[in-house]
Amino acid sequence: MTTNTMTNHDFPISGDHSDHEHHDATGTKMYAFWIYLMSDLIIFGSLFATYAVLHNGTADGPMSGDLFELDFVLIETFLLLLSSFTFGMAVLAMNKDRLQQLKGWLVVTFLFGAGFVGMEIYEFHHLIIEGFGPDRSGFLSSFFALVGTHGLHVTFGLIWMLIMVIQLSCKGLTDRTRPRILCLSLFWHFLDIVWICVFTFVYLMGVL
Amino acid sequence: MSTSASHDTGSHGSVKSYTTGLILSIALTLIPFGMVMQGGFEKTTVVMSISIMAVLQILVQLILFMHMNLKTREGRESGSFVFFTALILALLIGGSVWILYHLNLNLM
Repeated sequence: MTTNTMTNHDFPISGDHSDHEHHDATGTKMYAFWIYLMSDLIIFGSLFATYAVLHNGTADGPMSGDLFELDFVLIETFLLLLSSFTFGMAVLAMNKDRLQQLKGWLVVTFLFGAGFVGMEIYEFHHLIIEGFGPDRSGFLSSFFALVGTHGLHVTFGLIWMLIMVIQLSCKGLTDRTRPRILCLSLFWHFLDIVWICVFTFVYLMGVL
Repeated sequence: MSTSASHDTGSHGSVKSYTTGLILSIALTLIPFGMVMQGGFEKTTVVMSISIMAVLQILVQLILFMHMNLKTREGRESGSFVFFTALILALLIGGSVWILYHLNLNLM
């Protein structure tokens, strides 16, 4: 009896409003992804709090003002900001069903992101070679943990982007690939927002 | 009807909204970097201004890049979650810094 009412109830809805339901499915995925992003933000929040607490624990090693080069960080910031913009262009291309354009913008975004990760690896390598690795002091441990976690997120975003380019080449724009691009765009803009906090509170205030 | 309207304009952005976001973000990046790299300002002024500009840039990106809004139902759902997380973060970061800073002072 219950199944009977269920099917009677369900059928006209899925028949009449299939377009609406599809939209809701994407909406639910996006909402769930927002929940993931916000829980990820709590991780970054904890790392920021750790950094704030350990910032002065230099163990007679270098202080933040001795290490950071702001022009280098400014270029990193611009790479990430431009990649955020080009991803926006990719989403616009997707909304217009232009697959080649979408893939082109994704590749451009990937190159900007890869440039950012490359610069960060160079910076970390440089610091470690000079003997200022994460084992040097509490300040450097928390610095590497915070900035490194952000860098890892960007790296995973790049892998996701590469997979999406391959998937788009194989499957094209479908109901399954579209939400993935939208989630990746949220992820990418979110990492840019975290970076705003990093360059403001770690680099700029560290040099002051 | 209403969903297709929000599809075209608000919720997914346009070249114009992304370009506005990019220009505002560039300005809100260059000003704080300029203030710190050039120097010559009072420290509290710089800390206050760069913090305000960071918050402004976060809002610019949330609204213009991530399309956060309080007009559509989806926007309100994710928006309220963002505000809730901001509250948790304020407690987490503010609380940790407050307690541990005092602990630091007492141990020295």
